[in-house]
Amino acid sequence: MSAASPPPPIERVGILRWLRDNLFSSVGNTLLTLIGLGLFILIVPPVIEWAFVDADFAGASKSACTGEGACWVFIKVHLSQFIYGFYPPEQRWRIDLAFGILIALAALLRIRRVPHKGWIAAATVVGFPVLAYYLFYGGGFGLEVVPTSKWGGLFLTVIVAGVAIAASLPLGILLALGRRSNMPVVQAVCTVFIELWRGVPLITVLFMASVMLPLFLPTGVTFDKLLRAMVGWALFAGAYTAEVVRGGLQGVPPGQYEAAQALGLPYWRRMYLIILPQALRIAIPGIVNSFLAIFKDTTLVLIIGLFDLLGTIQAVATNPKWLGFALEGYVFAAAVFWVFCYGMSRYSARLERRLNRHREGGV
Amino acid sequence: MLAGVAALLGYLVHNTLQNMRQQGIASGFGFLDDTAGFSIAFSLIHYTADSSYARVFLVGLLNTLLVSGLGIVLSTLLGFVVGVARLSPNWLIRRWAAVFIETFRNIPLLLQIFFWYFAVLRPLPAPRESLNAFDLFFLNNRGLQVPRPVFEPGFVWIPVMLAAGIAMAMIAAGWARRRRERTGRRFPVLPVAGALIVLPPAAAAWLTALPVTWDVPKLGTFSFSGGTTLIPEFVALLAALSIYTAAFIAEIVRGGIESVPRGQLEAAQALGLGRGLIMRKIVLPQAMRVIIPPLTNQYLNLTKNSSLAAAIAYPELVSVFAGTVLNQTGQAVEVIAITMAVYLTISLGISLIMNWYDRRKALKGA
Repeated sequence: MSAASPPPPIERVGILRWLRDNLFSSVGNTLLTLIGLGLFILIVPPVIEWAFVDADFAGASKSACTGEGACWVFIKVHLSQFIYGFYPPEQRWRIDLAFGILIALAALLRIRRVPHKGWIAAATVVGFPVLAYYLFYGGGFGLEVVPTSKWGGLFLTVIVAGVAIAASLPLGILLALGRRSNMPVVQAVCTVFIELWRGVPLITVLFMASVMLPLFLPTGVTFDKLLRAMVGWALFAGAYTAEVVRGGLQGVPPGQYEAAQALGLPYWRRMYLIILPQALRIAIPGIVNSFLAIFKDTTLVLIIGLFDLLGTIQAVATNPKWLGFALEGYVFAAAVFWVFCYGMSRYSARLERRLNRHREGGV
Repeated sequence: MLAGVAALLGYLVHNTLQNMRQQGIASGFGFLDDTAGFSIAFSLIHYTADSSYARVFLVGLLNTLLVSGLGIVLSTLLGFVVGVARLSPNWLIRRWAAVFIETFRNIPLLLQIFFWYFAVLRPLPAPRESLNAFDLFFLNNRGLQVPRPVFEPGFVWIPVMLAAGIAMAMIAAGWARRRRERTGRRFPVLPVAGALIVLPPAAAAWLTALPVTWDVPKLGTFSFSGGTTLIPEFVALLAALSIYTAAFIAEIVRGGIESVPRGQLEAAQALGLGRGLIMRKIVLPQAMRVIIPPLTNQYLNLTKNSSLAAAIAYPELVSVFAGTVLNQTGQAVEVIAITMAVYLTISLGISLIMNWYDRRKALKGA
């Protein structure tokens, strides 16, 4: 830009211009602005008053809740229960340690100059679940066993969602490849499997996992309710992820398939080296959406009697000593879920832009 | 591979039969004729505690369809309004739409259902102090009381005339289109079709002296008499389902409208078409092609999500059939199989219709 260009005419800049363009350009537009302002006045001040101005923050019992607004004491008192459920307090360092390790591993993977990334990734994928199992459940290395009936709160939500997400991606990829396979039996089995799960509500799957799965297994074999829910949840999530991955596979140009074949690569190497990297890149927004749905729908496990974050809040809110604070609990849970989901969707949008950078400035 | 799958299935069936024999669970569908023995709070058809389990199934199915059908209508209306508002030239309206979408999309549906049910509807005042709109609608902790239409014998003529009017309007529109394509002459289709649809039922209503009265809810000593009561479970579920799904539909609508290439708009403007005509004839038909498939998915999701009613005991299929009936009879395999079959039928049915629609609307030669 040259320094000599004349300044823009005065009515083209400044806040007044912006206001006129965006809010008052016509009669209809002005009317809409007034409606928007009305909504603002109707909603925002009462909410702020309830949540902050009239709210109670100090104290440790119900008697501290005297104001007209929210009583955050309720959250403060029960916070550790909301996070860890009924996990024994003196053992909670195990949960903290496991998530600390996970965050450290993820951070190592994000930093660009760390060497041996392949090993770190392998440790995260293979080693960490084993470590987490021993830390959470115990029973080895001198750690006390904590039965899953004591697991709860946000911890349980993250575990169930994490397992479902981690299992759904490989399962989804296999199912998607199977559905596009040339072998009729494989194709039929995968198609039926996917459509069956996708056609029924999650809640019937969870019912089935808690009521019917024990019937399917050999007599005498029983396993944990939490594990059953996780198995059902993972299969269900896998079917949804499979359809997203299939969309990605369809988005890879046919020339890529043919070129890979012409190179003489065998099937799995063709998929692993050529097709899947491209297909997954196309499918990333869908995969993230599917992960978000899994995370949100994990709240459904409370219907079969597991105490996830929402289940714990529900249980505490019906405690006779603390009746009447359900709203505060729901707002707290909503805030937690919102931060997780909104953060994840923002991150995925950034990732998508970064992965598509090769397209910019192209044709 | 086939043998492997068959062997696995056979193994599971074998285990199941053995387990059921050991636990003394009956099998077969004979239980459907047994007396249910429990009452249901909300039913569209006649139901008493003496009715059979098959009747329970029917009540649950109808309640599922009722809440899904209404939810689909409401979420579509709300979703389209918010989706268009998201693209409004007005900055404030655009922001509000974004806040609505991001808020309700990122909070689990079950949490929203709990919010409406436990935090909004349950703490409402008792019937004596209900919230009152025009003395016709009453909202209290027993639910929402609305006026109920009472149809008298001559009423049948009004829907009959309405159907006839719609048929005539469609014929007229078809004739007008063919004539325009042949001769290029225009015909005022909209006002004529509107008149054809509105006038016959209006005339019928006038001739039969409007044979419908409204049974308005009245406050008695303790509760309301007259009108129809929509139980709080229903209202909470409907509100949560509609708003949650509307947030997703709004994003789909926005994406669909944005997917229409700018060149199309500019070309239409260059042809001198007006704003309304551009929207109706250029943007919407192209946007709908993008919108419809994901929209159907949302409808399916909504129908399946209505099963979350089990958490607040609205008596729909899963709650009353896969819940209560299963607990009473213990016949888990049959009950879950029937329930899943219902949802599968609905899903596959809608998928088939959508695939047919997709093929019809697909770009020719693309």
